[in-house]
Amino acid sequence: MKRTLTCIICPNGCSLEVEKEGEEITVKGNLCRRGAEYAREELTAPKRTISSSMRLIGGDMEIVSVRLDRPVPKEMIFPVMDAIKSASAEAPVHIGDVLLHDVLSTGADVIATRNAERKEGR
Amino acid sequence: MSERKDAVIIGGGPAGLAAAVALDNLGIHDIVILERESQLGGILRQCIHDGFGLQRFGESLSGPEYAERFISEVRRRGIEYHTDATVISLTEDRKVEAVTPSGLLGYSAKAVVLAMGCRERSRGSIMIPGERPSGVFTAGSAQAYMNLYNRMPGREAVILGSGDIGLIMARRLTLEGIRVKAVFEIQDHPNGLDRNIVQCLDDYGIPLYLRHTVTDIHGGSRLEGVTVSEVDERCVPIKGTEKLYPCDTLILSVGLRPDNGLLKDAGIAIDPRTDGAIVDEHLMTSIPGVFSSGNVLHVHDLADFVSLESEHLAASVAAYLSGGLGSGMDVSVRCGSGVGHTVPQKVVSDDGFTLSLRVRSVMRDAVISVSQGGRRIVEKKMRKANPAEMIMIDIPGGSVCPDGDLEVVAG
Repeated sequence: MKRTLTCIICPNGCSLEVEKEGEEITVKGNLCRRGAEYAREELTAPKRTISSSMRLIGGDMEIVSVRLDRPVPKEMIFPVMDAIKSASAEAPVHIGDVLLHDVLSTGADVIATRNAERKEGR
Repeated sequence: MSERKDAVIIGGGPAGLAAAVALDNLGIHDIVILERESQLGGILRQCIHDGFGLQRFGESLSGPEYAERFISEVRRRGIEYHTDATVISLTEDRKVEAVTPSGLLGYSAKAVVLAMGCRERSRGSIMIPGERPSGVFTAGSAQAYMNLYNRMPGREAVILGSGDIGLIMARRLTLEGIRVKAVFEIQDHPNGLDRNIVQCLDDYGIPLYLRHTVTDIHGGSRLEGVTVSEVDERCVPIKGTEKLYPCDTLILSVGLRPDNGLLKDAGIAIDPRTDGAIVDEHLMTSIPGVFSSGNVLHVHDLADFVSLESEHLAASVAAYLSGGLGSGMDVSVRCGSGVGHTVPQKVVSDDGFTLSLRVRSVMRDAVISVSQGGRRIVEKKMRKANPAEMIMIDIPGGSVCPDGDLEVVAG
């Protein structure tokens, strides 16, 4: 089976020629090692990261931006989104703070990507 | 009353921040950043998606994290900055005036750094006919509503234009439960990066229609739908191809233009192709001592390249302040066939520099060549050249001579 994939790891967006014969997967067209890894994973168990926002209590704004610290299986995108939406964080929050540990047992942490100081009266 | 400064930096986004930190590194400490918003960071504050910093830091960061790397350096070094400070005038003799909540700030600067970024083209810029309901947003304003103010723009969206912000917003809206019916692009190629087509549209089954555009907008107080038509090779809508897409939200991702108002006021020469200043290889504009980088100079695809360009600018400013900036030549950079624009547009010394350009159309197995008077200086081969991706070519020091234009050709 032959397929052409666009690598999403970095802005180069390499066009990857991927060939699968039984268990053997060969990748051509990648400028770096990560492209080959991406193609193999994409054919066997595709993964993605997510960025979103979480409700923030007592902070400078209503929300704080968050992301996963590593990719999760593609089918977990919407369940993880729901988990992020039903959670909330309390200010102060700093970049890198773990707001949800091992979310839905995916092994990924939801981390804050913005510094939000505490603001009284909110 | 005006305070003397070595350098006044207008704009506290990715370009201004990188320039400030780099200037400080080079021993230029008498500087100030003037930022119009209430916080530093510029557009990065609302770009919560990841993918920033891959070039620059070797890791994938969100926009706010990428900005914070520079903001924390600005704070740690005690670099002076003012937020809520809108520059209202810049003169030929480098006097800068800004309004702030606590009054006017005036500076007399040896060097000025223009780092104001860009603005989105709007419905008005592309003249979509029809009614004028609410529910029509530029991609960046929808992004600000969602990512800064926690407000959803609507429930069912159509996106016009395939620029990166539009693609990123297609995914963002989908993740938040808003149905994105389709993305329409008037040209025959997508305007955003390939990886964004894959991870923002394909992943979520959002269709992209090339050679289509919105030709009518319907709705009283709120948008009820848009008419979409196919277009011909000259981008003219084809009669009889109209189709109605019911939706309450239209997101426009139809291009960015440098925010060049201050340049016009100051009388700085502008390149009609970029809408930014005409600069030499030191990124100096037509006014001596006034430099420009980032999206106000030419619209970039990646913040990482804005940072790099601004650090190059800082080196030029430092050389200018010490009287050591190369000069003596007056060579124009000409856009030959296949090339849409270049930065710089002229070369005044034999210092090496990075030539940035965009091609006019999608090309496979492309060759970009830079020559002077028939003498080839550099040639770059690319598997694919795409107007949506800025191309950078290093021109080595000592390779440009004083006679004849530099010609850049892509094919």
